[in-house]
Amino acid sequence: MVGLKFCEKLIARSNEFELIIYGEEPRPAYDRVHLSSFFSGSSAEDLLLTPAFWYENNNIKLHTGELVIKIDRNEKSIQTHSGKKDHYDILILATGSSAFVPNIEGVERNGVFVYRTIEDLIQITSYASKSKTAAVIGGGLLGLEAAKAMVDLKLETHVVEFAQRLMPRQIDEDGSAILVNKLKELGIHIHTNKSTSRIDGNGKLEGLTFSDGTSLKTDMLVISAGIRPRDELAKASGLNVHQRGGILVDDYMKTNDENIFAIGEAVVHNNMVYGLVAPGYEMAEVVVRQLVHDQIKSFKGFDMSTKLKLLGVDVASFGDAFGETDGSIPIILKDNCNGIYKRINISADRKLLLGGILVGDASQYNLFHQMVANKMPLPNQPESLIFGKPNKIDESSGVKALPDSAQICSCENISKGDIVFQVTQNGVTTVDGIKNSTRACTGCGGCTPMVNDILKITLESLGYKVKKTLCEHFDYSRQELFDVIKVKELKTFNQVLDSHGKGDGCEICKPAVASLLASIWNEPIVHQSTIQDTNDRYLANIQKGGSYSVVPRIAGGEITPEKLMAIGRIAQKYNLYTKITGGQRIDMFGARMDDLPDIWAELIEEGFESGHAYGKALRTVKSCVGSTWCRFGVQDSVGYAIYIENRYKGLRAPHKIKGAVSGCIRECAEAQSKDFGIIATEKGWNLYVCGNGGARPQHAKLLANDVDTDTCTKLIDRFLMFYIRTADPLTRTATWLNKMEGGLDHLHEVIVDDKLGICQQLEEEMKGLIESYHCEWKKVVEDPELQKQYKHFINSEEPDPALAFAEVRNQKLPANWGK
Amino acid sequence: MEILNQLRTHSTEDISEIKIWFKAARVSDFPENGGACVKYKDLQIAVFNFSRRNEWYACQNLCPHKMQMVLSRGMIGSTEGDPKIACPFHKRTFSLRNGQCLNGDEDKISVFPVKVEDGFIYIGFTR
Repeated sequence: MVGLKFCEKLIARSNEFELIIYGEEPRPAYDRVHLSSFFSGSSAEDLLLTPAFWYENNNIKLHTGELVIKIDRNEKSIQTHSGKKDHYDILILATGSSAFVPNIEGVERNGVFVYRTIEDLIQITSYASKSKTAAVIGGGLLGLEAAKAMVDLKLETHVVEFAQRLMPRQIDEDGSAILVNKLKELGIHIHTNKSTSRIDGNGKLEGLTFSDGTSLKTDMLVISAGIRPRDELAKASGLNVHQRGGILVDDYMKTNDENIFAIGEAVVHNNMVYGLVAPGYEMAEVVVRQLVHDQIKSFKGFDMSTKLKLLGVDVASFGDAFGETDGSIPIILKDNCNGIYKRINISADRKLLLGGILVGDASQYNLFHQMVANKMPLPNQPESLIFGKPNKIDESSGVKALPDSAQICSCENISKGDIVFQVTQNGVTTVDGIKNSTRACTGCGGCTPMVNDILKITLESLGYKVKKTLCEHFDYSRQELFDVIKVKELKTFNQVLDSHGKGDGCEICKPAVASLLASIWNEPIVHQSTIQDTNDRYLANIQKGGSYSVVPRIAGGEITPEKLMAIGRIAQKYNLYTKITGGQRIDMFGARMDDLPDIWAELIEEGFESGHAYGKALRTVKSCVGSTWCRFGVQDSVGYAIYIENRYKGLRAPHKIKGAVSGCIRECAEAQSKDFGIIATEKGWNLYVCGNGGARPQHAKLLANDVDTDTCTKLIDRFLMFYIRTADPLTRTATWLNKMEGGLDHLHEVIVDDKLGICQQLEEEMKGLIESYHCEWKKVVEDPELQKQYKHFINSEEPDPALAFAEVRNQKLPANWGK
Repeated sequence: MEILNQLRTHSTEDISEIKIWFKAARVSDFPENGGACVKYKDLQIAVFNFSRRNEWYACQNLCPHKMQMVLSRGMIGSTEGDPKIACPFHKRTFSLRNGQCLNGDEDKISVFPVKVEDGFIYIGFTR
């Protein structure tokens, strides 16, 4: 990764150099930081940092699978294991590191792995398929990453750590205790203070024996006990190396040969090995600047602050995490109830934040890290930083207070001043613009929220009103366009664009206007298919590899055995992968585009309708079984869910809408996580609105309680119509409510009290939409003209030759993602 | 037909290097302001009928971002007057004039010249 970054940085500054790369692995450089995503479904190709042809396009000669075994420093040449020879003027060693394997008896047994390269992962995956339990030696950052991988492989996972605590380099005892609890909740067994003395087994491993006499049975073992710089080539070539490993370099990354530099994990600078990617990138920058003789700087060490999410648990440490500065005072919040640990260390004079540790909730990491790096003054009561209401600190006001020198993007080393400069001097007004001009946000992406805030604050300081217009083609917000289309009775995208926009439209305004037209007139969207997003255009969900998935409506999750068999028969006939969805229906994946009309003809013949899984529309109304069967149920939740789902089916909205009905307070349908959720009471129904799963889960809020069925339905009519009229494009109800002035009180006044006097109109508009419902697939199945677009080739009957599938767990899955 | 014959064509290559004009399909086979995929030898070519501008464009069907054969199913549009195609997978956009990626670091895509004659679409290839 560091070697590639060096190349990128060099070609960005100069075309004077001929670049040649030799790499021992069979692949070009790949993303080791996200290696564990390989186990959650990414392929080796997904992990490549750039495709192989990138090198060719930039005139870089890439030799993979070639291990350099000799450097002739007098001749300035290298030789590989296959005998290839090459000359250099300047040599950069970015040989990285290898996994450190401690010398334990039995370490050579089958089933013992390290966690370092894609080849390691491939071997681990294949061995895991015949294993039930796995142990990981090493409770550090990488060890826990490896543990996550074992969990992803569905193995019972044990972590064995030599030290008293997990992540000993980043967090303290108390932080570790909280982390251990969290990981235990996830089913991971943690064994700290254990030194492995023997790996047992006969040929293949069967278990571990520890020095305290205890033992642990396991089918496989992953060793992740640290890294060792790869310095053997440097050593053999007479370059100076550290006694404990690592190529010695000066502040300019130069070795004792003036034509040879070394960067990344392979080097020791000032007695430190840097096992993270950001310092490696900084080293690359230092070398590049020397080579192009421009703004030469030295490597000054690197802030090792980190924030990461391990198995869903936030862990961060920054600055002086352990309070090692003289006189530093720790302030500690330890919340065993919520699994949160926060420690900040402040200076003896109580004026500065020195560093700290966050476990369980690291949302303040960016702010704290900046406070340390920029020596920003502490508030009068520094404890208020971690005690008090969560998220009370407005991050954007923190951003405002940052000095221009504050580093915002650590991957690319971009300061706040760099971003402000782009806005004030170069007229950049979008985050995409900032990404293009500075490359901020393009690495790990963690700085995007801060870049957004800086952009907004800077634009506002320049007097820009940050107006919510759709895109460059429309100077209107979605809500304004809703009124325009309705009042002027506009029916097509071209009419709207000609009368109220400019240019030719784009991928932002076309689907937004399409959604408005559907929400206002409810005419078949198939008649304007090319302004729809791809799923709406083909009335199916495009999936990896270019095949589609098909979801018929199964209202309320209720289905007859006959219909179940019909789905089974059709899925078998067209060779489809089937899966039960979260919304209580059945998704059929892997359909060829040209098969879609035939599949739907058969589904419709069996009495199914479109499930609108492809649309920003009502998806499902989930239900629990309710009073019909359940001994706790107090109302007929299934019956009501089916009624509601059929009432709003086909309803198009700014974003997808999900509902649920629970038959009693036990809430088995999870209605409080839905856009609208209905929970039965002894007297009627409680109506909750604006809940959301997704990236930021939010519970729905109570809008009305103990209402009868008709009132409840009427309130949902008004609520959904008000949402459709006023929300911005692609805004879920939860976000819509969060941004609404007056919040839930205001929503209650509009929907329940009819303060604006619009409820009758809302109900009438909803009635019009319900009455004009049609099944879109029925239209396509009946009209050969509409089926034309489902051919892959316009000039051949052949299906897409690029489609490819593999078989996993007796079903097919896409095979060609990201090749 | 006269009007169709006057349609503008676009190319990034010198049109004089085009050796083959491949007769792909009828004008009426293509959706308005949308695209379809044309098979030429082993190649998949996305062809777009930008009827709002009275223009035709052709480019490779493969999106270089995730290597998916889908650009013909994408949405066309313009940015500051320049025609572009948005990939349906992750909305990477590419200029239809020169193939440049407009919102990311993806590689350039190949574009091909298009001409319209007697109600048919022809795509130009150098081989």
